[in-house]
Amino acid sequence: MVKKQPVSFKLNGTDVDVLVEPRELLIHTLRERLQHTGPHIGCETSHCGACTVDLNGMSVKSCTVLTVQCRDAEVLTVEGLEQGGTLHALQEGFTQAHGLQCGFCTPGMITRAYRLLKENPSPSEEEIRYWMAGNLCRCTGYQNIVKAVQYAANKMSLARTGT
Amino acid sequence: MTATTETLERETKLQGIGSSRLRKEDARFIRGKGTYVDDIKLPGMLFGAIVRSPYAHARIKSINKAKALAVPGVVAVLTADDLKPVKLDWMPTLGGDVQAVLADRKVCFQMQEVAMVIARDRYCAADGMDAVEVEYEELPAIVDPHKALAPDAPIIREDIAGKDEVGHGKRTHPNHIFTWQAGDKDGTDAAFANAAVTVREEILNPRVHPCPLETCGCVASFDKVTGQLTVYITSQAPHLVRTVVAMLSGIPESKIRIISGDIGGGFGNKVPVYPGYVIAIVASIVTGVPIKWIESRIENISTTGFARDYHCVGELAAGKDGRIKALRFTALADHGAFNSHVSATKLPAGLFSICTGSYDVPKAYCRVDAVYTNKAPGGVAYRCSLRVTEAVYLIERMIDVLAQKVGVDKAEIRARNFIKADKFPYTTSLGWTIDSGNYHAALDKVLKAVDYAGLRKEQADKRAKGELMGIGISTFTEIVGAGPTKVCDILGIGLFDSCDIRVNPTGSAIARLGTMSQGQGHATTYAQIIATELGLSSDEIQIEEGDTDKAPYGAGTWGSRSTPVGGAAAAMAARKIRAKAQKIAAHLLEVGEGDLEWEVDRFKVKGNPAQAKTMKEIAMAAHTSNLPPGMEQGLDGTEYYDPPNLTYPFGAYVCVVDIDRLTGETKVRRFYALDDCGTRINPMIIEGQIHGGLTEAFAVAFGQAIPFDENGNHLGNSFLDYFLPTAVETPHWETDRTVTPSPHHPIGAKGVAESPHVGGIPCFSNAVVDAFAHLGVTHMDMPHTAFRVWQECKALGINTR
Amino acid sequence: MIPREFEYHAPKSIPDALGLLQQFGDEAKLLAGGHSLLPMMKLRFAQPGHLIDLGGIGELKGIREANGTLRIGAMTTENEIIWSKLLQDKCPLLVEGARLIADPQVRYKGTIGGDLSHGDPGNDHPALMLVLGASFVLKSSSGERVVPSDGFFLGSYTTLLQPGEIMTEIRIPVPAPNTGYSYSKLKRKVGDYATAAAAVTLRMKGESVQDVAIALTNVGARVLKARAAEDSLRGKTMNDAAIAEAARLAMSICDPAADQRGDAEYKVAMAGEMTQRALRTARSRAGR
Repeated sequence: MVKKQPVSFKLNGTDVDVLVEPRELLIHTLRERLQHTGPHIGCETSHCGACTVDLNGMSVKSCTVLTVQCRDAEVLTVEGLEQGGTLHALQEGFTQAHGLQCGFCTPGMITRAYRLLKENPSPSEEEIRYWMAGNLCRCTGYQNIVKAVQYAANKMSLARTGT
Repeated sequence: MTATTETLERETKLQGIGSSRLRKEDARFIRGKGTYVDDIKLPGMLFGAIVRSPYAHARIKSINKAKALAVPGVVAVLTADDLKPVKLDWMPTLGGDVQAVLADRKVCFQMQEVAMVIARDRYCAADGMDAVEVEYEELPAIVDPHKALAPDAPIIREDIAGKDEVGHGKRTHPNHIFTWQAGDKDGTDAAFANAAVTVREEILNPRVHPCPLETCGCVASFDKVTGQLTVYITSQAPHLVRTVVAMLSGIPESKIRIISGDIGGGFGNKVPVYPGYVIAIVASIVTGVPIKWIESRIENISTTGFARDYHCVGELAAGKDGRIKALRFTALADHGAFNSHVSATKLPAGLFSICTGSYDVPKAYCRVDAVYTNKAPGGVAYRCSLRVTEAVYLIERMIDVLAQKVGVDKAEIRARNFIKADKFPYTTSLGWTIDSGNYHAALDKVLKAVDYAGLRKEQADKRAKGELMGIGISTFTEIVGAGPTKVCDILGIGLFDSCDIRVNPTGSAIARLGTMSQGQGHATTYAQIIATELGLSSDEIQIEEGDTDKAPYGAGTWGSRSTPVGGAAAAMAARKIRAKAQKIAAHLLEVGEGDLEWEVDRFKVKGNPAQAKTMKEIAMAAHTSNLPPGMEQGLDGTEYYDPPNLTYPFGAYVCVVDIDRLTGETKVRRFYALDDCGTRINPMIIEGQIHGGLTEAFAVAFGQAIPFDENGNHLGNSFLDYFLPTAVETPHWETDRTVTPSPHHPIGAKGVAESPHVGGIPCFSNAVVDAFAHLGVTHMDMPHTAFRVWQECKALGINTR
Repeated sequence: MIPREFEYHAPKSIPDALGLLQQFGDEAKLLAGGHSLLPMMKLRFAQPGHLIDLGGIGELKGIREANGTLRIGAMTTENEIIWSKLLQDKCPLLVEGARLIADPQVRYKGTIGGDLSHGDPGNDHPALMLVLGASFVLKSSSGERVVPSDGFFLGSYTTLLQPGEIMTEIRIPVPAPNTGYSYSKLKRKVGDYATAAAAVTLRMKGESVQDVAIALTNVGARVLKARAAEDSLRGKTMNDAAIAEAARLAMSICDPAADQRGDAEYKVAMAGEMTQRALRTARSRAGR
């Protein structure tokens, strides 16, 4: 039996400590030990992106990351986007643009879009589709997801210019 | 402010029928606070993982649990022998057959359930799975349904070998399930014999899978003290599950609670009762603790409800002008090893006989022969509305085939054959009474919007240069909202649906229904219907579905039933409330009921409009003593709605494709979708459904398949191969509408969610074939992968520079 | 979905990593980005008893230019390649290739060293390396050697990498200005492996080809360098006939496995078509 290892990291700004086997996947630690069931599991071959979180400033599929790789990391999930009762522009955008139906892909989508807009604050439609291609959706056909991201990009840009 | 402006303002404030109001359910999903079944954690909960057969057809010689039981964290290993004492090794299916819960002595499809390992957590369960030792003796497998009825074919279902019927009439062979037919065979044959023109094509609708992003699963929790069984489950039909579980387990139905919480997509995949659910229930009864079972994606694609696998022959008889005289469609249906999909007793091939489509077809005959093969069970799924995808694919492909044969334009031939607008309700030659339609108007609008003539000219120019451009048309009528209980039942239970509304004293309301959303927006759309009927803001109407302890009985959501049946129930229940409210208002205003008229949110006295009572005021009054003599308090309404007919949404779609003859890749340049679903409750939500259904249609038409080798081994059952398009491949969708209400539906609505899938698939296929039509191609089977399209190019000698 | 249990090690230096490799031998696997290895482990197709995570070794990161050579740390991610101004400027083929690998999340973790070391004939970097004339620095506890990429890839999951060796750096001679380039990849969707792909670098002298390199992805047990095709173009004018002939020669060395992407005939034909497209695109980008 492999000995469990202590791992400490920051989850949505809060320090957390877990004791895990090396083989434990970050997605399971988040969902089972840390009660953050926003990120979801949609496959086991690292394709669907429903498990996407933001890890040290990178969008990653948390089903393909070992928790032991996350010592001292900063992890952001969809649960961490709302600040002080105010929704993130992306959360607002997804509602305004009807960018979700069953909601299962939504946490991963929003978390990925969060990093996308930091990489590229003013993406074109083509760029949004290309840079979100790691997140699958079965309900929306992506068209309104693109609109949701554009809504957020616009709102955040207005906030930056103070208009 | 004029009376009309003020009325309009009040109406707008309600955000009722017709409003593109934002969704009420979004609040939890955008925060990651949905409650899907894998989010459920109960004290003491154990995890179940299923050991599955690597062979498509084999005898089980032995199962050795010892090593698995020795794995740390493993609590139990269940096999068929453990289920026999409680008679749950076999279970009845929703199709009138029986299915093995855990395989006993024999497996009939690759990845069939053989044992369940119960462990402390999913990690131990995975280790335990690895350690279960099963010895098999492989048997020859039947993979091609055409071989299932051969005289020397291996017998798949030894368990029913002696039965001469499995729920749907006489069986002619051990691997035969049923033969179902409709129409006038002799009259049709005669019409074919006398026809000026006939066309015939063999058309495959390949096996595909709905693949919702969330897989199937449950948490079963049996309380030994109270004898209560609670099951959290991904089910589109929680009440049907409760009834089936009661029948199976012997636990009284009143002590069974089925809870469907948030479901991450269904598309028909979450209707059947799967072995995993039953084993988890048994395990919970045996251990006394909650048991969670969540399938993996590979398990999902390989073992839960697949769709289609219809091997068809389509024939049309017509005049030289393309006017159809007769239709003869037959299908060999591959149901896999068990007939497990949802099936109305009288309609084992679902609503396939809608296959006369939008056309006036004087004589028709259709026949479906269903067989067993050594593949996973299923067939009815994937936004199909009970085999309507199969039927509409066939007619929309065949009318294009006919058009090419007689040299008539593909839009023109449809116009010549449409049921005319003044003929509705129209009873087809296969017995369906189409409630309303206006097919010419829909097609004309679309052709104009895309400049059809211009597209055909462009196509001619491109063809002259050796380029492949295709224009696909689909003018579909589909049939949803199963259905009138005289015709539609599952295991005897009629396909009515229900709504139970309670208005509270402060004027908000809660409504519970027997349907079950998996993303369609019921919490919003049902609230909108009730808002308009009751004059209360949809913001203040809570909608609940999915908990069988609370919701009135209903058959669930599959086949676009919710708006036609559940929506009707909601409207009718609300009208019962309004009728009572009118009596209360009359009493409060001291007038006769007949002196009142309803306006948006209040009853006004005719001729004295200042005298009015709003629904809110009436709601409070309903809980006081100030009521007409003899009237009970409360303001509730319950409706069990048995629909008088199904509904028939329709549409006209056009697709433009450009095909790269050097690689076989197809680019969808444009897709224009006009849908008519009658009264439109929430246009924003409708548009979202169209986008989603078209995207799934795109996936089916261009890449989805579940391939097997000749031994029944899966060749592509993970996302490595199963085609789910990303945002990059998915085309842009343009949507449009006409509105032709259903005359028999309380609010004239028909339902829409499956239309884009039903109508989209043949539209894409027609576009691809049309690109090659000038070279003599009349049909190409799906999926239209680059590889397969390139093979066509090669056969035509046009695949090189 | 759940890997078998294993021991996890996170060395902080290359010598520490090499020590662990020696200690655990073939019971150990190196963990780079993890997006080839972990999926295999989750399906239990790979079951190493020890994982040695290279993610904490700073020496394995970085993209720099020194003496006309681009030096890329083996643990550089695809995303870092894509966003590197240096590479966008000096080696755009590598950026184009990285953009066609997998999806955004996988590219945040997937590394060039992992892609190259794995030996998967479906991976894209080998073809890019061959046409760029790259070489690899391989370190072991007995020292270091630099091997050319041409000849490094031996077969399915087999490379020149010996047990106890770690690829630490990729060295690419800075392509001359006006080098034409292209990576033409046919795939079923974003994230899929190539049905067939061709990498090309090209230098022109007037109207003739001064030099050309062509390599093919996923149409054999390993990456294929289309030498006969290259020979057929050198010194020639790049007209349709010459390009078609080069494609034909490229096709003649292909030996793909049939799968859900297509049968061997289709894949070979696509290797030819991708070669044509890569050559044409490279030509349009090449200077005089």
